[in-house]
Amino acid sequence: MIDQEKRAADNKRLAWKLMWVVAGAVLFAFALVPLYNVFCDLTGLNGKTEGLPAAVQKTMKVDESRWVTVEFTSSVMPGLAWNFYPTQTSMKVRPGQIMLATFEAKNMTNETVVGQAIPSVSPSQATFHFKKIECFCFERQELKAGESKEMPLRFYVSPDLPKDIRTVTLSYAFFHAVPTEN
Amino acid sequence: MSTATAAHHHDDHPTGIMRWLTTTNHKDIGTMYLTFSLIMFLVGGSMILAVRAELFQPGLQLMQPEFFNQLIGVHALVMIFAALMPAATGFANWMLPLQLGAPDMALPRLNNWGFWLLPPAAILLTAPFILALFGIGDGAIATGWTFYTPLSVQGGIGVDFAIFAVHLLGISSVMGSINVLVTIFNMRAPGMTLMKMPLFAWGWMITAFLLIATIPVLAGAVTMLLTDRHFGTHFFDAAGGGDPILFQHLFWFFGHPEVYILLLPVWGLIPHILSAFSRKPTYGYKAQIYSFWAIGILSVVVWAHHFFTVGLPIPALLYFMYSTMAISLPLAVLFFCWIATMWKGSMTFETPMLFATGWIILFGIGGLTGLILADVAADAQYHHSYFVVAHFHYTLFAGGIMGIMAGVYYWLPKMTGHMYSETLGKLHFWLTAIAFNVTFIPQFFLGLAGMPRRIPDYALQFSEFNMISTIGAFTLGLSQLIMVYNIVRCVRGGKKAEAKVWEGAEGLEWTLPSPPPYHSFTEQPVIK
Repeated sequence: MIDQEKRAADNKRLAWKLMWVVAGAVLFAFALVPLYNVFCDLTGLNGKTEGLPAAVQKTMKVDESRWVTVEFTSSVMPGLAWNFYPTQTSMKVRPGQIMLATFEAKNMTNETVVGQAIPSVSPSQATFHFKKIECFCFERQELKAGESKEMPLRFYVSPDLPKDIRTVTLSYAFFHAVPTEN
Repeated sequence: MSTATAAHHHDDHPTGIMRWLTTTNHKDIGTMYLTFSLIMFLVGGSMILAVRAELFQPGLQLMQPEFFNQLIGVHALVMIFAALMPAATGFANWMLPLQLGAPDMALPRLNNWGFWLLPPAAILLTAPFILALFGIGDGAIATGWTFYTPLSVQGGIGVDFAIFAVHLLGISSVMGSINVLVTIFNMRAPGMTLMKMPLFAWGWMITAFLLIATIPVLAGAVTMLLTDRHFGTHFFDAAGGGDPILFQHLFWFFGHPEVYILLLPVWGLIPHILSAFSRKPTYGYKAQIYSFWAIGILSVVVWAHHFFTVGLPIPALLYFMYSTMAISLPLAVLFFCWIATMWKGSMTFETPMLFATGWIILFGIGGLTGLILADVAADAQYHHSYFVVAHFHYTLFAGGIMGIMAGVYYWLPKMTGHMYSETLGKLHFWLTAIAFNVTFIPQFFLGLAGMPRRIPDYALQFSEFNMISTIGAFTLGLSQLIMVYNIVRCVRGGKKAEAKVWEGAEGLEWTLPSPPPYHSFTEQPVIK
């Protein structure tokens, strides 16, 4: 004969233990956010380049043995009424050579708008080898009503770029930098 | 409290609606789960018939693309969370206590609550359609069932409704799973060790473990989505330092195990049917249990194969490809065991056996086409095409729902005490199996030819295959009414079923009369 009360207590105890597993899984879900960011910072998985200017090393030599094609693409996210295009669609560069690319942005509204450009590099193995010395994406950009601006990007591709990568694509997405209801 | 007074107390259960609202009896709750599942199966099916009607011919005839997108997303959510999962939970409630020799589920009141969260969730999922008719909001969630950001961040109130529905469904599943696990670990009849336990209980045990480990991740992901939408966080917003791809990782960390959550209870119940109608013991009982474990564990480390084309580094692509393909090894062991169970058996083909054998073939096609999709190089072509749609319907309709139907016909006489009509059952099987293939084989070809999924219009060259697929879909949908009629007829009366309904069936549930008394196994049987 089974003791009903003891069994009920056992059942309750096991149910609570399993609730701890559930609680752990909830915590794990939220812990995945910082874990993912750390993982991406280490591997460049999501193509996010560093948000700070890269230093130019004096010892860096231009690799004259190969060409790398750098392609530029742009997009403007909903909520930002700007035109935004790269002046050049692609460039042939030598690794280690410092280059200047420009982007054109025009505010199509009749008020001052602040935007923020977010870069992404593909393929992701090239993320950390794409070095920006000067970039309009390092800070927010303000355009007055109808104003247009040429935005510079000074960069080089590190000579350490793996040899099998011949094309690197840099994409910029421009976002509205302040909440749209303002 | 002694058992005698407890039994007496529970025997005076309320009647009418209060019986169902307040019941803690596992058979009542199982019946409610199964009824709810059947209703939602018809609701989700009607939605997709509207979609197939739109796809009958190229061009937009019946609906706008926005509404089309709402239908496919809600169809998937309804079928997965409100039809397939509750059906499996319904069987768990009905059959686990009977198979394990337990008087009831371990946590009866939690069980009642788990069920009654489902109807509100179903209302939340479908209400935006009704609200849109009155000019409130712009309809249901239109992102597909995957909630992908940034589309879901920008979507209308339908997304919020779906988020809360997923929360309720998640809580319900987690409570159901805890109940199953406690029942399996604490309530087995004396002498029934884990390695003597029926395979249905084993399949459900792995499902329950997967549910409590992964549903919270989905709940977390949709909560982050909710705060991104309304409370100014930037988990998935690149402008604020977040990453939309992170959502895909979180979603599929849940989403891939979910496939096995849906399938494991079926893998558990099919061997019972194969063994009963082959009149042979299950082949490779231990091998099947180890395969369940292997698949359960592998299922949580393969998630990124759902988005190979998102731009993952080559080493990650290779890892996810090989780990995904590795799942086919334990699955092949299972297929071998299923076929070997039938080998040289004295087989008869009553409706449950027809469904079980048809299931092996169709689910096999689902598994093999999955192996093709797991190939990184090939996936670039198949990704987001109708090939994927056909593949996962072979696994989830054939592998999931047809397996559940096999279980329905197998256990229906036990549950109701009456025999169903064998003629109608066989007619239902053949119409379902044929119409299912007429619906989905053309979709493999459509996908190979490059037709993308989730698009209401298509190029003219896809017309014929779409027409065939739509005709198949309507035949498939209407054939299900035969099953509904057969079930209703069987509940209301018919030839009396014996305790051991099927000559070759083994297990404790067949030692009880059909239908089993309201309270069974108050004295637990002893297993030698």
